[in-house]
Amino acid sequence: MLKQYSFEETAVQTFDDKTSLAMRTEDMQVFYGSNHAMFDANLAFPKNQITALIGASGSGKSTYLRSLNRMNDGIATVTGKIWYHGVNINEPGVNIYEIRRHIGMVFQRPNPFAKSIRENIVYALRANGIKKKAELEERIEQSLKGAALWDEVKDNLDKSALSLSGGQQQRLCIARSIAMAPDVLLLDEPCSALDPISTVKVEETLLELQKKYSIIIVTHNMQQASRISSQCAFFHLGHIMEYAPTGTMFSNPQIPVTQDYIAGSFG
Amino acid sequence: MEQTNSQLKNQDTQSHEWDTRLHHATKATHEDWIGRGISYFCIGIIILVVASMLWFITSKGIATFTQNHVSLWKFLSGTNWAPDQGQIGALPMILGSFAVTFAAAIVATPFALGTAIFMTEISPNRGRKFLQPVIELLVGIPSVVYGFIGLAVIVPFMRHVVGGSGFGIISATFVLFVMVLPTITSMTVDSLRAVPRFYKEASLALGATRWQTVSRVILRSATSGILTAIIFGMARAFGEALAVQMVIGNAAIMPKNLISPASTLTSQLTTGIGDTIDGTLPNNALWSLALILLLMSLFFNALVRFIAKRGQLKHER
Repeated sequence: MLKQYSFEETAVQTFDDKTSLAMRTEDMQVFYGSNHAMFDANLAFPKNQITALIGASGSGKSTYLRSLNRMNDGIATVTGKIWYHGVNINEPGVNIYEIRRHIGMVFQRPNPFAKSIRENIVYALRANGIKKKAELEERIEQSLKGAALWDEVKDNLDKSALSLSGGQQQRLCIARSIAMAPDVLLLDEPCSALDPISTVKVEETLLELQKKYSIIIVTHNMQQASRISSQCAFFHLGHIMEYAPTGTMFSNPQIPVTQDYIAGSFG
Repeated sequence: MEQTNSQLKNQDTQSHEWDTRLHHATKATHEDWIGRGISYFCIGIIILVVASMLWFITSKGIATFTQNHVSLWKFLSGTNWAPDQGQIGALPMILGSFAVTFAAAIVATPFALGTAIFMTEISPNRGRKFLQPVIELLVGIPSVVYGFIGLAVIVPFMRHVVGGSGFGIISATFVLFVMVLPTITSMTVDSLRAVPRFYKEASLALGATRWQTVSRVILRSATSGILTAIIFGMARAFGEALAVQMVIGNAAIMPKNLISPASTLTSQLTTGIGDTIDGTLPNNALWSLALILLLMSLFFNALVRFIAKRGQLKHER
């Protein structure tokens, strides 16, 4: 039986004016029909850092993440404000395609298209209006290098993306996202379908990528959160219970629910 | 070693009792037998029926060439159809059948694609609640009703608009268009729904628009399913007899344009079957038309299988 925890007792850090932020949500709520799935989400994400969202299944972390680039449009109702470069992007009239070009997303299951490796990246760029051959080639190489996949595939760019291993496919999906030169990268449990060795490669890639991008990653794996993230937010039943620098979160959690989760009492 | 051997021996003596227990028949094994017997019996009957039909049509169909000594080439390329006088050129009907089939498929496909995209991507809820039953209803309407509507509405309309009698390939095309539309639409809907959701999400998350996603990802990965749908529609059009017969005019002459009376393999078959005597050339000639229809439906089937196989290869992980 899951213990009842008070949702009043939370410990969510805020940042002062000196910290530059990639994006921020203010009193965000998410509803699936009449089901209230996310309550008063207030989180801010520092630039060029990896922020991990952790919590048990059904805690709302994926729901929260998908709202950030409006992937919940048509699926759930999202209210409240999502600030990005000083603009509330959770408003009608905002160009969702433009948002998704700046806020990229990588999914749990590697989902390359049934096209060649090259075409997978070119698809994204064409959708973005880039057509010049030289620039396409340049971006293909840069993005594959960014995703640490270049050395493995540079001689086989015309091979089907589906012939790659799961880990390579996931890094191709990351490459596809960063080819668009976004500034925020959202990752929804990117390693949960991968074996440990592929996971290490993806993690190394992310640690490298945070120099250029702000990364928000949902993960089931607490070790992964502690290995790669700088900030860590703990979700429980649709509430954000604690948000702190990762070191602090794991060594000295502030509230009982986080203590129990990190100690492995549930989840 | 000694000990192991004696243990084994002990097991051997015990196993005699188990041997009978594990080998005798029970209710469960009887049920297995009965179930297998019933399904073998049914499949045997079906195979017998299909094989004898194939044999029947083939043997009757080739009688024109073996008994009446008409050359196959003359049959396929001759343009004069007058079996009473020994003239059996089937080209007018072959052309007529292909003309109405392709024309109906070409007209119906864009509408079917549009409807299917609306039902799956643009408004899935209304599609499921409202359009799905409508399409199922259209599939279920008997072909004589379509033919009757064609005769009462399309033929007079064509007579009014383009002149002539109103009977002809174009009227048949419009009747077939309505008849194959639901077939192509519902199969296209199935294949669009079968496109994995993650393709769509991947595309949208890359900033692609809905239109780009539909045209370059969803339609692309449903291509083999859509082709299959079109071929099934064509097979239906090719095989449709009654509705076509009612509006095409049934003149066994080379079709010169779309608005003068023509005929198809099926319409000629239904028109002529009552007037011939078994075993004579006019009767055998009709069986030869039936044989062409059979071979064409085999061809359509083979094509569908070929496409399905190609589609599978593409999606293999």
